[in-house]
Amino acid sequence: MNCQSHFHHGQDTRQLARRWFLGECGLGLGAIALGQLLGEENALAASNSVVPRRLQHRPRAKRVIYLFMGGAPSQLDLFDYKPELVKYDGKRPPEELIKDYRAAFIDPGANLLGSRFEFSRHGRSGTELSELLPHLAKVVDDIAIVKSMFTGAFNHAPGQLLMSTGFEQFGRPSLGAWVTYGLGSESSDLPGFVVLSSGKKGPSGGSSVWGSGFLATTHQGVPLRSSGDPVLFLSNPPGVDTITQRDSLSTIERLNRRRLALVGDPEIATRIHSFEMAFRMQTSAPELMDLSTESAATLEMYGATPGEASFANNCLLARRLVERGVRFVELFHESWDQHQNLVGGLKENCQHTDRACAALIRDLQQRGLLDDTLVIWGGEFGRTPMVEGTIKDGRDHHPNAFSMWFAGGGIRPGTSIGETDDLGFNVTTDPVHVHDLHATILHLLGFDHTQLTFRSEGRDFRLTDVSGQVVEKLLI
Amino acid sequence: MTDLSLAPDLLTVRDRPRSAAALRTLVAIACLFSFLPTLSFAAPTNSARHWAFRAPLRPPLPDVSNTSWSRNPIDRFVLERLEHEGLSPSPEVGRPTLLRRLSLDLIGLPPTLDELDAFASDNHSDAFEAQVARLLASPHYGERWGRHWLDIARYADSDGYEKDEMRTVWFYRDWVVAALNRDLAYDRFIIEQIAGDELDTPQQEHLVATGFLRNSMINKEGGIDPEEFRIRELFDRMDAIGKGILGLTIQCGQCHDHKYDPLTQEDYYRMFAYLNNTHEASIVVYTPDEEKIRSERLLEIDRLETKLRQSQPGWRELMAEWEKSVQDDQPEWTVLRTKINANSTSGQKYSLLDDGSYLVQGYSPAAHRVQLTTTITDRVIRAIRVELLTHPDLPLGGPGRGVTGTCALTEFEIEASPADSPDQLAAVKIRHATADINLPERTLVTPFEGAEEKRVTGPVTFAFDGQASTAWGTDAGPGQRNRSRKAVFVPESPIEHPGGTFLRISLNQQHGAYNSARNPSQNIGRFRLAMTSENNAEADPVPAEVRKILAIPQEQRTQRQVATVFSHWRTTVPRWKDKNHHIDTLWQSHPAGTPQLVLKSRDDPRETHILDRGDFLRPTSPVTPGTPRFLHELPADSPSTRLDFARWLVDRRSPTTARTIVNRVWQSYFGTGFVRSSEDLGTQSEPPSHPELLDWLAVEFMESGWSLKALHGLIVTSATYRQSSRVSPELLTKDPRNLWLARGARFRVNAETVRDIALAASGLLYRKMGGPGVFPPIPEFLIKPPASFTPKIWRNHQGPERYRRALYTFRYRSSVPYPVFQSFDAPTGESSCVRRERSNTPLQALVTLNETLFVECARELARRTLDSDGQTDSERIRHAFRCCLSRNPDAEEVKDLLGLLNRQRNHFTAHSDLAATLTAPQTESDTIELASWTVISRVLLNLDETITRE
Repeated sequence: MNCQSHFHHGQDTRQLARRWFLGECGLGLGAIALGQLLGEENALAASNSVVPRRLQHRPRAKRVIYLFMGGAPSQLDLFDYKPELVKYDGKRPPEELIKDYRAAFIDPGANLLGSRFEFSRHGRSGTELSELLPHLAKVVDDIAIVKSMFTGAFNHAPGQLLMSTGFEQFGRPSLGAWVTYGLGSESSDLPGFVVLSSGKKGPSGGSSVWGSGFLATTHQGVPLRSSGDPVLFLSNPPGVDTITQRDSLSTIERLNRRRLALVGDPEIATRIHSFEMAFRMQTSAPELMDLSTESAATLEMYGATPGEASFANNCLLARRLVERGVRFVELFHESWDQHQNLVGGLKENCQHTDRACAALIRDLQQRGLLDDTLVIWGGEFGRTPMVEGTIKDGRDHHPNAFSMWFAGGGIRPGTSIGETDDLGFNVTTDPVHVHDLHATILHLLGFDHTQLTFRSEGRDFRLTDVSGQVVEKLLI
Repeated sequence: MTDLSLAPDLLTVRDRPRSAAALRTLVAIACLFSFLPTLSFAAPTNSARHWAFRAPLRPPLPDVSNTSWSRNPIDRFVLERLEHEGLSPSPEVGRPTLLRRLSLDLIGLPPTLDELDAFASDNHSDAFEAQVARLLASPHYGERWGRHWLDIARYADSDGYEKDEMRTVWFYRDWVVAALNRDLAYDRFIIEQIAGDELDTPQQEHLVATGFLRNSMINKEGGIDPEEFRIRELFDRMDAIGKGILGLTIQCGQCHDHKYDPLTQEDYYRMFAYLNNTHEASIVVYTPDEEKIRSERLLEIDRLETKLRQSQPGWRELMAEWEKSVQDDQPEWTVLRTKINANSTSGQKYSLLDDGSYLVQGYSPAAHRVQLTTTITDRVIRAIRVELLTHPDLPLGGPGRGVTGTCALTEFEIEASPADSPDQLAAVKIRHATADINLPERTLVTPFEGAEEKRVTGPVTFAFDGQASTAWGTDAGPGQRNRSRKAVFVPESPIEHPGGTFLRISLNQQHGAYNSARNPSQNIGRFRLAMTSENNAEADPVPAEVRKILAIPQEQRTQRQVATVFSHWRTTVPRWKDKNHHIDTLWQSHPAGTPQLVLKSRDDPRETHILDRGDFLRPTSPVTPGTPRFLHELPADSPSTRLDFARWLVDRRSPTTARTIVNRVWQSYFGTGFVRSSEDLGTQSEPPSHPELLDWLAVEFMESGWSLKALHGLIVTSATYRQSSRVSPELLTKDPRNLWLARGARFRVNAETVRDIALAASGLLYRKMGGPGVFPPIPEFLIKPPASFTPKIWRNHQGPERYRRALYTFRYRSSVPYPVFQSFDAPTGESSCVRRERSNTPLQALVTLNETLFVECARELARRTLDSDGQTDSERIRHAFRCCLSRNPDAEEVKDLLGLLNRQRNHFTAHSDLAATLTAPQTESDTIELASWTVISRVLLNLDETITRE
């Protein structure tokens, strides 16, 4: 039991106030009790509480693993097969398609580029996939592919911000922050929202893509690393061993408690709790990151190697994190910006990611976690049917149509949703905007996206701004 | 509320909300941004009568029953409220804590032991007032309150967005600190920042002040539309003015009328119009020392040129003769109207200007080769000229996009074919080239050095030698580098095809950053191509600015123009070779100065339009500059300049400006402002806790001549301020947020102060003020992918620079936020911040326990404690304790720490290797003692009270 459960028991506030004076429970009760005193409305703003908000309906998913493919993968070479694009390879696109089209790098009239990869059908669902995804092909009946995604941004930083925070400009809370704000944390010794990065670059949107915006900093994503200190400044200074550390922290706690008794500020109780949790993290985080305890079969399945920094390791860590109650795990793999070297770059990226993605689904399934864990795979936008570069081996940014896939957590498995035109340029059926995606994710977690709000600067904000429709076809 | 029933359908919300409250929520959401057709809800009729929209009047002082408590008028208002609530004030806090509070509040540093002792033994009745005066006069006051303003100014040392390149804007930071230290009146403080460049005879400091608006982020991501992000920068400036100066959230106006406040979309764009008429300029600025050297050099050059004139009677006639000789010595040049090959831009954006030149903006790849094509009919091409041109939107005016406006042309390539067969393009060999600047060979320097292959710049021959490592360089050094330049390339044989020539010219630019294609470039910022059919064309040695003067009739030239012509002419006089060389040498020792982003008004004003839903591609009706009607009036004869807008912002009749700053200063002292939402005093804000006191202070502030120091002095000398912050459970239950101020405020200090306290307490603090940002240690992986999008420069200072105040820590925005700041809620500068979060997290505990600098502080505090006068362990504990907490420990606390000390001594005696490790690199002293005291110091530095202002 953690102290936070007191929150729901409707105890007399005065009794609560007295309790932390007696030092009966110093673990974060300060902030919670203060919250109680302030009333629920103000509590979350005033404190750093990780107390859940009321769910609006029965959730299908309790946690999320978001595989963010930064740089924007080419849907035309992975999911959205277009024989007509192959047929018209090297031809100029129809004028009506490119009228008023703004491209980042290319002349919109650049020639069409058919996929260089073979596609075939897989599984009972007969879902079409590129030859680049042999492992995903084996779990294709467990995933749902949306081929009709579209977005409003066609530059990376604004695109990643829109996908991550529902807004193209900096300053809004990220999806993970909204989710931990809404659901709280189930882990007493790990952050509720964890970020793992791999690939060639950092995210274009910087740390704001997992930021907390105007929500309390407690909700921001905490980057973990698979080599070195997993959390910044986690290790004791050289020369401080466990004995010294424990003795120091006990002394700090005693002195802080004396101060609390004397001055009565509940924030001191929260500080005591923070130090306790920091101490627990010093043990739990290295234990979490230690993949050597995984079976050889599991490591093989993911293609993971203990001690290495890789996407595969991060996928396996994602499973370990959700097992330990982490609410939202986000993997950033930023290496999909194939303006050139499309064929080689995609091959390399898929070699690094395909096996681990499939393994993650299989592994979660085997452990009974897939049912209530939502897995999301996708980038910030798509890539053009038109070619980029003189050697005809690249695609530019394309916001009009792209693909993502989903698994577990109330997602209807073995389905494909939405279609694009013959050239893969525009969505023709079941368009899904980023806001619709966010509405659907919140729906699966038990929230009406219009009701999960936070008041800042004189108005109520929500993740989906003023739009968003739940994609019913995606749900079980 | 009549029109609100429209909301659900328009908002595509499927479940119709039932309650009025839910409806209000929806409408609040509707007050956001895109995806919404422009709605026109009627503003609530009473909004015009909202308290904050009427200018404050000084209210009379209220009567109170307790006549002995009040020290100044603030207390009368507070006490009246307390008596009304049935509460009484808390007793005055003890002297050590009071001085610590005051010192943290006024200068952001804890008091030294000497200062504590002096205050403790000062028996004068005005001992406290003396401390207030001392601290207000301290230069650290400007650092402490400067940081407060820099939050609003969204100050940072990088561009933000994906590339997040370094920028040099610390002169603005230092301007803020200096302005506050000399107590520049707040109205003037604002005017200089909004329109310092439009003052009569603006000085360097006034130009630097306009950096306030330039602190917006700049997107240099590949493929962006520069205009789209220029508009976003303007939105950001509006937001900073709204939240920071007016105390109003006006961003709704980007897309539609404000839903609650009577601000229309037109109002928004009329204010926007004041700001929409500037170049995104940068200039070179000089420190006082540099300025001294600079004026000495310039005077010396002037003196030498005067001597030359004196030594040559009839110099005017000789110069006129020369002028005649160069009058018509140039071939006829035809500007080439070229097309840019869109697949060769690497995401840079080229805008064609009226004179046929291209201005280059947006992403600036470190290496690229842009291709330009054109068809020439009926003409033989005997030479091609490239002009590198300056422009106010380029760094330091250009002509390049390098950090100091420099550029380098690696290769100039010409290909040609018959006009009707562009597929037969063949390279044209260049026979020779001339340029108006040919510098000696020079190896690239920061930030471009470091490639495996040595890369150099030099004379124009480097631009057609087929070598990717050599380039034509135009960086003539400080004082002379930001000038237009030109080169003329002559093909081996004239280019001519019957039926016309298809021409492809490539500007190959490979001399940018070595470590990532995404770091700074030396690309050309503005250029123009031209051709001639005449023989023997050469680059005109007469600089463009001199040619311009030569076009003016001699009798109409100013003295300055004559001098400019002379400065060039003297270089052509052979017998003045030595003197010319001397002058060149003087130029070489001209100080480099420092770049600073500033505003520069355009000569040709932009027309401002309302943007449909804030979309820069959908301008609608044009608007003229103006201010919202629901606020105070603009003087009728006011011309529409940025300076008028600035004056209007701080007009004595403004209903919100003084209240906003007063409210925010109060917030800094008491944790919460009178109005909790300090960014928004509009109709959606909570009513102020003490409306009369807010108005009284606002009026007092304006009547004191907008003096911030007077305002601080008034607040801290009140009895309200001096109350103890201890709280009983009863009082906590009654007033958990301390709304009525029956006690002092107690809160964790800001991120920067957390670090400064550790540095000050340990004695490591290096109090040097101002200058470029510094680089305390950070974990190295943070500056590399995949943590950062691009590799970043972080210099990891080893000497005392790493112990500078946190104010001076280099601040990247999005890529590598300094981890200590990030953990403790410091804003990153992505947008204006008037109110920080104050979180309390385990990650903070890890920072203060384990981060490198904090550990160094613990070690240093231990060393100094052992060196202190303390004779016994208890005395030494008292010493270290006071360094951190300013007060003496009680007996229990001493006992507890002594216990830890002795246990650690035993532990380190048994494990001397641990002691040696913990105290490394200290070797000379008793490591077991030092290690044990380091543990004690680390505990003290990690106490809640240490990082709390009580």
